[in-house]
Amino acid sequence: MSTAAAKPPEKASKGARELIESPDFKALVRKRWTVSFVLLAILFVGYYGFILLVSFNKELMARTVSSEPGAVTTVGIPLAIAVIVLAWILVAVYVYWANAAYDPEVERLKGQLKH
Amino acid sequence: MPPTTGAAAADGMTSSLGTTSMSAVFFFFLIVGITLVITYWAARKTKTSSEYYAAGRSVSALQNGFALAGDYMSAASFLGISGMVALTGYDGMIYAIGWLMGWPALMFLVAEPLRNLGKFTFADVVAFRLRQKPVRIAAAIGGILTVLFYTIAQMVGSGHLVKLMFGMPYELAEILVGIVMLAYVLFGGMLATTWVQIIKAVLLLCGVTVLTILTLNHFGFDPTRLYAKVMELYPPPGGDPLKSALAPGVLTKSPIEAVSLGLALMFGLLGLPHILMRFYTVPDAKAARKSVLYATGLIGYFYVIIPIVGFGAAVLLKANVVKDGVLTSLSGRDLITFFDKGGNMAAPLLGELLGGQAFLGFIAAVAFATILAVVAGLTLAGSSAYSHDIYVSVIKNGRATEEEQVKVAKIATVVFGVAAVGLGILFKDQNVAFMVGLAFAIAASANFPALLLSVLWKPFTTMGAVWSIIVGALSSTTMIILSPTVWEGVFKFQNAPFPFKNPAIFSMTLAFAVGIVVSLLTPEKDAQEKFEDEKLRTYLGIGAE
Repeated sequence: MSTAAAKPPEKASKGARELIESPDFKALVRKRWTVSFVLLAILFVGYYGFILLVSFNKELMARTVSSEPGAVTTVGIPLAIAVIVLAWILVAVYVYWANAAYDPEVERLKGQLKH
Repeated sequence: MPPTTGAAAADGMTSSLGTTSMSAVFFFFLIVGITLVITYWAARKTKTSSEYYAAGRSVSALQNGFALAGDYMSAASFLGISGMVALTGYDGMIYAIGWLMGWPALMFLVAEPLRNLGKFTFADVVAFRLRQKPVRIAAAIGGILTVLFYTIAQMVGSGHLVKLMFGMPYELAEILVGIVMLAYVLFGGMLATTWVQIIKAVLLLCGVTVLTILTLNHFGFDPTRLYAKVMELYPPPGGDPLKSALAPGVLTKSPIEAVSLGLALMFGLLGLPHILMRFYTVPDAKAARKSVLYATGLIGYFYVIIPIVGFGAAVLLKANVVKDGVLTSLSGRDLITFFDKGGNMAAPLLGELLGGQAFLGFIAAVAFATILAVVAGLTLAGSSAYSHDIYVSVIKNGRATEEEQVKVAKIATVVFGVAAVGLGILFKDQNVAFMVGLAFAIAASANFPALLLSVLWKPFTTMGAVWSIIVGALSSTTMIILSPTVWEGVFKFQNAPFPFKNPAIFSMTLAFAVGIVVSLLTPEKDAQEKFEDEKLRTYLGIGAE
């Protein structure tokens, strides 16, 4: 118990405590971080994979995309754009998931608290 | 002679860069005029501390997306990355990608909890379940250091850019930036600052889009023909494809260095106070989430098209300049480095060539507006760290009236603004390029680990947070001072003791390790209980401000 805290400690009410300990709420929190870390892992593989490819396999990055004579576009250029697009898609996937699955569950749990 | 448009002008263009052109002045006054009218409007809506720091939480997701993009796309990324692509080619693209990668991480890890748990600053979130005073002081110091180094880099960079573009004396440029920026922040608070960012983001994106279209127009809208021209004009030495302008070069000589730079750029974003602060301007976590999607789209688009501007500058530019007293014709990279060794003038020069003097004026004015907007955002973040975290929460124990809070915030704003101008002038002739790296390294090592652990890790304690921030800030700063960039580049010593330019991979890991070990050594029952109690706020937004 803190007596001299800057703000009075806000103890959770009984209903709130029950909700925090309910399996549904715990599952929601777990799912939220699972989705986050899976998407973060994909981002890591994409971006640091690209960085390591640039560091260790310059030959691949410097190769031209097509073998036609006069072709100049290197593999590195579309890959660079792909990494940028991947980053945006991952954000879009998260937003889609949160709107479709997370928010409705949040509303449902909030409703439980009121009863 | 004012150049006309297109290729005809390319043969005999004489650049007006560095002289104050009428169109640049016109666009400059137009932009400043419009933003000051908005400031006047915003001032009437800015009375309480919540309005001053967080625009009354009334900003929509789309508006915040533009404002976030505006805060992040600094003059350095517009002029610097296009110049880097023009001079080095593909390396500039690798660098550009790194700047985007923080945004998904920001979304997944901190955006929503930050919005739900905080009020005005990221320190609110670090301290939400810990003992307020020590954590607030440490977090405010981490925040202020980040903002300060970022500001110095922006001010010095902007002074030189304005001098290059308008031919205006350096000191005058600094004072002008300071006065206009203070007018936005002081009178219009976060609402005016947000609208300045939105306007600037729209103008910048339009300017770069037009430049890209004009460039591609020269190549029948086929980028491969642009790349072919790059290869024709800048053939790799010895025909070695590995040294081609379209292949990775020096930037990735050391994989550890490259990964460390990537980590600093990625997680530095999650510790930048002026970016994090924007999430309090939207009504709720859902809007915060959407705004990241918009921002990532806008910034991603910007980094996809900016290399085209850089390559275009390298192959299209041609002008007559007076070099060593002789009128000479220079083209491409030679012309760019004639005006600025760092390549910063590639985009403005290309603008003049393709769009004439009026367009150069527009680009120059947009670059200036960019600087104003970014410095305004930084000033608001710096002043909030002092007035909200130190003054209100520590000195006044969280008991200050609205009037008092706004008054202190405005005083802190003026102090920070004056300091920014003073430091800008003081560091005029110093090499400050490393300070952006330093700001990102401190953000990633001092601010981010404490923020993430506080949100995510139940056993985190007050002492864990304080030591994590202190160790992160000190280790990243020390490693940068001992690195080749500062040790050899700034102090002109020999043999830097620390071999890497980017310390994040070490300093960030160290900060996490210290935060975890110290927390385990100093268990804090209150902090763990409160972590559970606040979960409804963290995840459901119940009780969020």
